[in-house]
Amino acid sequence: MASSILVVGEVEEGRLATITAEMLGAARRLSGDGTVTCALIGSGVEASGQAAIALGADEVIVVDDAALAEYNTDTYLQAMLKVAEQASAPIILFGQTDMGRDLAPRLAFRLDTGVIMDTIELAMDGDRLQGTRPCYGGNARAINVVRGDPQIATVRAKSQDLAAEDSSRQGTVTKIDAAIDQSAVRVKVIERSGVSAEGVRLEDADVVVSGGRGLGGPENFDVIEDLASALGAAVGASRAVCDLEWRPVSEQVGLTGKVVSPTLYIAVAISGASQHMAGCSGSKNIVAINKDADANIFKAARFGIVEDFAKVMTPLIEAVKQEKGG
Amino acid sequence: MHIVVCVKQVPDWDIPPSSFKIDEALNQVVPPPGVAAVPSQFDTIGVEAAMRLKDEAPDTKVTIMSMGAESARDVIKHSLAMGADEGVLLTDALFENLDWYQISLVLSTAIKKLEGVDLVVCGRQAVDWDMGVAGSGIAEMLDWPALTIGKQVKVSDGTLSVERVLMDGFETVEAPLPAVVTVSNELGEPRYPKLQQIMQAAKKQVTIWAAADLGLDDSQLGAGARKLTLEKLYVPVSNVECEFMEGDTPEEMAQNLAKKLAEAKLI
Ligand SMILES: Cc1cc2nc3c(=O)[nH]c(=O)nc-3n(C[C@H](O)[C@H](O)[C@H](O)COP(=O)(O)OP(=O)(O)OC[C@H]3O[C@@H](n4cnc5c(N)ncnc54)[C@H](O)[C@@H]3O)c2cc1C
Repeated sequence: MASSILVVGEVEEGRLATITAEMLGAARRLSGDGTVTCALIGSGVEASGQAAIALGADEVIVVDDAALAEYNTDTYLQAMLKVAEQASAPIILFGQTDMGRDLAPRLAFRLDTGVIMDTIELAMDGDRLQGTRPCYGGNARAINVVRGDPQIATVRAKSQDLAAEDSSRQGTVTKIDAAIDQSAVRVKVIERSGVSAEGVRLEDADVVVSGGRGLGGPENFDVIEDLASALGAAVGASRAVCDLEWRPVSEQVGLTGKVVSPTLYIAVAISGASQHMAGCSGSKNIVAINKDADANIFKAARFGIVEDFAKVMTPLIEAVKQEKGG
Repeated sequence: MHIVVCVKQVPDWDIPPSSFKIDEALNQVVPPPGVAAVPSQFDTIGVEAAMRLKDEAPDTKVTIMSMGAESARDVIKHSLAMGADEGVLLTDALFENLDWYQISLVLSTAIKKLEGVDLVVCGRQAVDWDMGVAGSGIAEMLDWPALTIGKQVKVSDGTLSVERVLMDGFETVEAPLPAVVTVSNELGEPRYPKLQQIMQAAKKQVTIWAAADLGLDDSQLGAGARKLTLEKLYVPVSNVECEFMEGDTPEEMAQNLAKKLAEAKLI
């Protein structure tokens, strides 16, 4: 059991991010009777403190400052160092998010300790955190332990179960002053452009339809979009497709793209390379449509069709509409 | 400008998953026989990023740095053939089985020893361990800024400007040199060396440094100094059995699939 765990929270559009809730669930399980602290760094984040307590935090540390309105490695690292000192927890968890990917290693090296990135399972071995993480492009799993202190890890989205929300839970909220030393801020954020996906958000979708290079061209994504809209699904893609600029990078599923874990994942003309599977192997049911019976994707699929997509997609969209209608 | 690109030699990732093997007793990957090690994909993209800067400013010097076995000379040669100027091979029995803290220590110490380096380019992660922390580690140890996961890298008037890939968009960030940048595949395809460049590369200088040349020893690089240990490495097992849809025509297969999905309450 861990005496205390610090979860570095994130707030998205005024709400506690799902990954933060998942980490609070994990921290609750790992710490037993220990203290779970949730850090909220940003501008206008204090309001989410109560949500963090309801989801398992005993203590919330808030660093709320206009200078922290958007993520910047240098300002956030300063804030994070203050939070880590205040919490003095032996274990610090970040989400494997834009922020976690960048900030967790910086904090680890600054504190002369180690970090386990992108964990999908967490366990305690005495006072040491064991993190299991995919590596070798998803072909292997490694179990790592941090020997330095504090022990830092990032946690992959959807890998941990939420704790039951209890709005009657009590906790404390401590505010600390950011007091950013601007002279130590070397990085400047010039501009940020968001790609706001229409319809269902890929990483939250319960059904995902993804297309691969075997579709032959961006125009053939019509059938992917039509099937997705018949199912109320989000659209995903393989990296090959995003590299060819047939689809935006924000739709990429995989090791270096998004991790999805829907109830149903339909992969059309995707070979199922380990790096792609790294992003979708948490799906409860995978369906594959591929003309090559030996394609790797079938090894992970529950249902499969070996056929040219051009021949099956239109009848499939029709049949799905009928099943849903009837 | 002097740019150092860190390039790691890794087992070829472009192999069928069925030939991926691990020796569980040694916690090590066993490459399939006859398949040569290759430069890590994102590191070659790092070389491309450096070469694009050199295309703009031809007096730029690009040094390729690789830590690894003697065979890592091959990945340096490949990068030199892409147009880089010099190589540094960091090789020593003490450099085997390091953790990321130690890797960053060796690389940052070697970068300091080179003197006058303005920019360090790394891949966003190495394609063997997929950890993605070495660039940040080097930056911390040099006390330089790091701009991570870039798809475009520009330098003007001593300022590094990087377009970063985010989960749902992009952002442009700047930092003064010296600095570290890590790059992602969205940067674009790396250039392919021409035959003549491959021949020229054979004549370019590769400096070899061991731990002692960097003033490092067992107290920093030994197992006892590790901040992270590997307890176990294994291949996850999947026990899914695919049920292939039958049918004389594609229409029939499609209808059968829709039926199965409805029966399983998936639609
Ligand atoms: C470090 C690293 C990170 C990576 N990260 C990612 C990642 O995040 N996400 C990702 O997806 N990939 C990633 N990759 C790339 C990955 O290795 C594969 O190259 C990629 O996933 C292949 O995409 P694909 O399946 O669409 O294309 P291909 O491998 O070209 O497969 C196309 C498939 O379509 C089938 N096909 C062709 N024509 C038809 C037809 N008419 N009807 C039906 N089927 C057809 C073929 O049989 C084949 O199986 C990464 C690679 C590396 C090295």
